[in-house]
Amino acid sequence: MSEAHAHRAIETVWRLESPRLIAALIRVVRDIDLAEELAQDALVAALEHWPAEGVPDNPGAWLMTAAKRRGIDQLRRRQLIERKHAAMDPEDEAFVMPNLEALDDDIGDDLLRLIFTACHPALSAEAQIALTLRLLGGLTTEEIARAFLTPEPTIAQRIVRAKRTLARANIAYEVPRGDELGKRLAAVLGVIYLIFNEGYAATSGGDWMRPALCEEALRLGRTLAALMPREPEAHGLLALMEIQASRQRARTAPDGAPVLLMVQNRALWDPLLIHRGLAGLERAQQLGGAGGPYALQAAIAACHARAARAEDTDWKRIAALYARLAQATPSPVVELNRAVAVGMADGPAAALALVDALRDEPALSRYHLLPAVRGDLLEKLGRTDEARAEFTRAAGLAGNERERRLMLERAAK
Amino acid sequence: MRCMVMVRATAESEASPPAMPSQRRLAEMNRFNEELMQAGVLLAGEGLRPSAAGARVRFAGDRRSVIDGPFAEAKELIAGFWLWQVRSMDEALAWAQRCPPPFDGECEIEIRPLFEAEDFGEALTPEVRASEERIRAALASKSA
Repeated sequence: MSEAHAHRAIETVWRLESPRLIAALIRVVRDIDLAEELAQDALVAALEHWPAEGVPDNPGAWLMTAAKRRGIDQLRRRQLIERKHAAMDPEDEAFVMPNLEALDDDIGDDLLRLIFTACHPALSAEAQIALTLRLLGGLTTEEIARAFLTPEPTIAQRIVRAKRTLARANIAYEVPRGDELGKRLAAVLGVIYLIFNEGYAATSGGDWMRPALCEEALRLGRTLAALMPREPEAHGLLALMEIQASRQRARTAPDGAPVLLMVQNRALWDPLLIHRGLAGLERAQQLGGAGGPYALQAAIAACHARAARAEDTDWKRIAALYARLAQATPSPVVELNRAVAVGMADGPAAALALVDALRDEPALSRYHLLPAVRGDLLEKLGRTDEARAEFTRAAGLAGNERERRLMLERAAK
Repeated sequence: MRCMVMVRATAESEASPPAMPSQRRLAEMNRFNEELMQAGVLLAGEGLRPSAAGARVRFAGDRRSVIDGPFAEAKELIAGFWLWQVRSMDEALAWAQRCPPPFDGECEIEIRPLFEAEDFGEALTPEVRASEERIRAALASKSA
């Protein structure tokens, strides 16, 4: 094995272990930066020893021991420096030496604490995402930057600020309990789904890191479902992501053009992911979570997944599920989707009434799909002139060139 | 990327009646599977009955014939498999190396990456071109 190859293999192992390693270190040293530093030290130790000695049978335990040894040395030095400072300035807070022996305690929920901390409500969504990918996905700043098409310094700064915010707010490093849990879990699920959508929304073929974001989100979703097996929404979110990801192969033409759900070649859908998604949805429902927002969205996705042909789609059920979703999480976009489903189930007139109720909705005033849907319904009702006007309006609002062209073509008909 | 990870069969796994794994081995394997699950790597996994329970369909041009198991050359057979989602072949190798020994004697685990969508490329073109034609006709499907 070449040296470069050996290093790569070691870094791979370290990356697999780093979330748990960092999670345990934060529990003990109560400082994310220091924990990351000590985890890095453990990697350096591995790079020194493993090429000659081979990767140990239990690399996680080996790295933990290395982090502990190096950590003790480093913290002693730090303690000395701080003491000197304290001697000069008695006001200075005394440095408390963390008990690194506690690293060996198997607390069991280290990883969960890390998830809840990275997705803490004191942080902005952008910071939550960056920190989650960094600490739980083990992604480098450069990889995160590439994934989000954002300059690396921006991401680096986001992470630095996030850690500072957490330190300053003196946030408890714990898994929330009781009433807190539901709200905090919703934040964690939201972060994972944002990461997924960031990857899923990118349709250009050249963006190889984008599908990787979907995969990272799926991994995080699976980890969360495994760590919180009794939480229906953890299964609901995973089911939703797996069913959506099952269509990956079918939703982009080779030239990068998006292929809409109803005209996708269903033979290209991934049966394994559909199977996993449907099983996850069932699990969420068995746990009493059928009414959760993610379980409902997964149930809607499942209606499409179960239809062998587009014309077999159970639109009545989809419309009913959207109605429940609109109750659980009221939103004009959900309402618009419900209108589309109602249109498919009960005809354009019923749907038009719903869409018309949304026309003064400020959140949708620049949303091109509102006039697009309305135009489509009007066209079906034979109100061609009105339909044309809506398509023209939609073309003016569409941000995407392909969609704009499509709308103009429909307006010209 | 996804990999199929295959545990190659051995005389032990091909024995009739099949030698059932010890409790200790089952417990170790269970722990490993749980680790895979918590890491979000595990998509599927199954153990296979010995080839004596299986059969093959052989194709010779258009002619088909059925051959019942067992089959010779145990190490050319597989005794079980997983499907993993990993970031790289390196990661798959790292996981495979921490798998507890599947059998007592010498045995092997083989890792094979799956073809992914992008590998098909041009092969899908006519299909997709046809569906693109349909897109123009179907707009009501905006809920995609």
